[in-house]
Amino acid sequence: MYRYDELDQRLVDERVAQFRDQTERFLAGKLSEEEFRSLRLRNGLYIQRFAPMLRIAVPYGLLSSRQLRKLGHIARTYDKGYGHVSTRTNIQFNWPRLEQVPEILAELATVQMHAIQTSGNCIRNTTTDALAGVAADELVDPRPYCELTRQWSTFHPEFNWLPRKFKIAFSASTVDRAATQVHDIGVYIRRNEAGALGYSIYVGGGLGRMPMIAQKIRDFLPELDLFSYLEAILRVYNRLGRRDNIHRARIKVLVKSLGAARFAELVEAEWAMLKDGYLKLLPEDIERVKSRFDQHPYVSEAEANDGSYQRRLEADSRFAGWVKRNTRAHRRPGYLAVFVSLKANGVAPGDVTDAQFDAIADLAERYSFGEVRNTHDQNMVLAEVRKNDVYAVWQRLSELNLATPNIGLLTDLICCPGLDFCALANAGSIGVAQDIFDRFESLDYQHDIGELKIKMSGCMNGCGHHSVGHIGILGVDKHGEEWYQVTLGGSAEHDASLGDRTGPSISRAEIGNAVQKIIEVYLEQREGEDESFLETYRRVGMAPFKERLYGGAEAEAEEEAA
Amino acid sequence: MGSLILDRRIAANDWTTLADDAALPAAGKVIVSLKRWRAEREALAASGLTVGVRIPNTEDVGAVAAELAGLPLIAVEIPKFGDGRAYSQARVLRERHGYRGEIRAQGDVLHDQLFHMSRCGINAFELRADQDPQDCLRAFGDYDLAYQHGADRLGTVWERRRAQRA
Repeated sequence: MYRYDELDQRLVDERVAQFRDQTERFLAGKLSEEEFRSLRLRNGLYIQRFAPMLRIAVPYGLLSSRQLRKLGHIARTYDKGYGHVSTRTNIQFNWPRLEQVPEILAELATVQMHAIQTSGNCIRNTTTDALAGVAADELVDPRPYCELTRQWSTFHPEFNWLPRKFKIAFSASTVDRAATQVHDIGVYIRRNEAGALGYSIYVGGGLGRMPMIAQKIRDFLPELDLFSYLEAILRVYNRLGRRDNIHRARIKVLVKSLGAARFAELVEAEWAMLKDGYLKLLPEDIERVKSRFDQHPYVSEAEANDGSYQRRLEADSRFAGWVKRNTRAHRRPGYLAVFVSLKANGVAPGDVTDAQFDAIADLAERYSFGEVRNTHDQNMVLAEVRKNDVYAVWQRLSELNLATPNIGLLTDLICCPGLDFCALANAGSIGVAQDIFDRFESLDYQHDIGELKIKMSGCMNGCGHHSVGHIGILGVDKHGEEWYQVTLGGSAEHDASLGDRTGPSISRAEIGNAVQKIIEVYLEQREGEDESFLETYRRVGMAPFKERLYGGAEAEAEEEAA
Repeated sequence: MGSLILDRRIAANDWTTLADDAALPAAGKVIVSLKRWRAEREALAASGLTVGVRIPNTEDVGAVAAELAGLPLIAVEIPKFGDGRAYSQARVLRERHGYRGEIRAQGDVLHDQLFHMSRCGINAFELRADQDPQDCLRAFGDYDLAYQHGADRLGTVWERRRAQRA
């Protein structure tokens, strides 16, 4: 964990007092609905279909056991007994009462948590790799840089009223597990030819109704220049980003209309005037932030792995199957990263009950240095488990219904809250997720299909990242009915690409069938079991999928006007 | 018309904001648009009036800073409280161009924006008519430190950390 110093804590405490005052002024009629809306949004409070929704920031996805227990307590005391992991690795509660929100925030502040800038047209939570710090393919741990960015962006006076929301992600590994190129700013931490640490900067990626892959505007930025360069980008955007049309207001539209080269010129000109000023970091600033992350007392491989793990694997095929699917390598010999699957059958993807929060906290405390990470695929990870302990962790996760062996498989799908909760949605997504789950429940079948990312959003805003799903599903409203547009071939990794639309949208009754047909075509077309869905799609293209989905009927089918 | 807060105190507003087609008064302090100021610069200089200029929030302040450097007042526009362009303008005027006169926010100027505006170098606020000026004064005390450097000279977290170590 990053541990707040007294200054970090004081700012969060002052925010609680400020928001309490704003809420009281609103309830007393001194603040209009519209004005309070923009203020509460900056504190993650939406008014949803049935009740307010409170989004709590989990910077770079990292949570402590103490924080998990607090979330469990909040779920129990102020909500209906559960919370929800979002695709920005935050936690959402769907049923708090408006007048209790200041109290919830005060409780959160006692465990170094807050809801600052989790919504609104400002700089949002910075995200990164869920395996940061433990991945073998990592150059450096990206989380201190995320924390630096959190601090730089928190209450930034100049960038609190941007044209639109603004999201930043960091990745420092060979495999991009942070969907870096679909962010407003994507940062790859790297070394230059001389061996100096710095960043490649990508700008203008994003999902939503105009999905785009980010473009590189600087190949190498020195480590100490992070703040000045971010500030230059944000200033250009604040000045020139469109404000006349909410659907054209993201930075991606500005980058596209100016062209990446021209945008980069403007940023570089601004940066030239900022880079040698007070925004320049000192090495000690970075060191101090790094030093406030807990250092873990790892034990030797012999101590972490006494051989019992291997014996369990050989003796228990269910355990072995789960290990194969739900654990990942750790850079320290003798340790594994263990995924907590929040994608059990019958549960809305990403939901966690109060009892599960508490139990995961206990597991983390006992087996993973008291830490858990939320993933952008809406699961959790106990990232630091000794091999000796993996069997016990599995048993406990199984009791908790958190051990479905489906990480990376078809039923590990990403899904927004959809029409069941969200005021913006056109169509349900949780019900469709359930359909898919029922249809593909056989795990053997799923394993045969292999790595497959299905991502689903209930509306164009794209909270479920459908544009970068291997199979993307987007809910649309058609004459008051729920229909679904399907895309194939999206990816949010280093080879980022946007999915292609299959054709006309598909009805609620048919969408499960459609997914089944797509899978069948893949299984027929793939060249061996090692060729993934994405590889097959890139090789064979849309035609065979289109043929199976629509046959010759497409010409008669109604094309979406919207 | 709303109240004025100047340098964190409720103050009398002795400036008149003139429409482009309004006649010049005989004496006093007037705020005119950048367009009018450019068109009637000599007449304004000869009028004996004290003149401030209101810049559109689409203006690149880098391009006008030299022209406006000697003015006692520059007004920036907040057409809607969610439009943050003036924050960048004020900050660039103060930090890059060293502007020392009054920077005044006009338009949809509300209680909950004052703290950040003042951090960006805006020091005068023509509050929207429904704002309670006394209550608004509290906004400047919402925070007593910040992660970012600001015109209000709150200590930054970085400076304090560096000092702690020294």
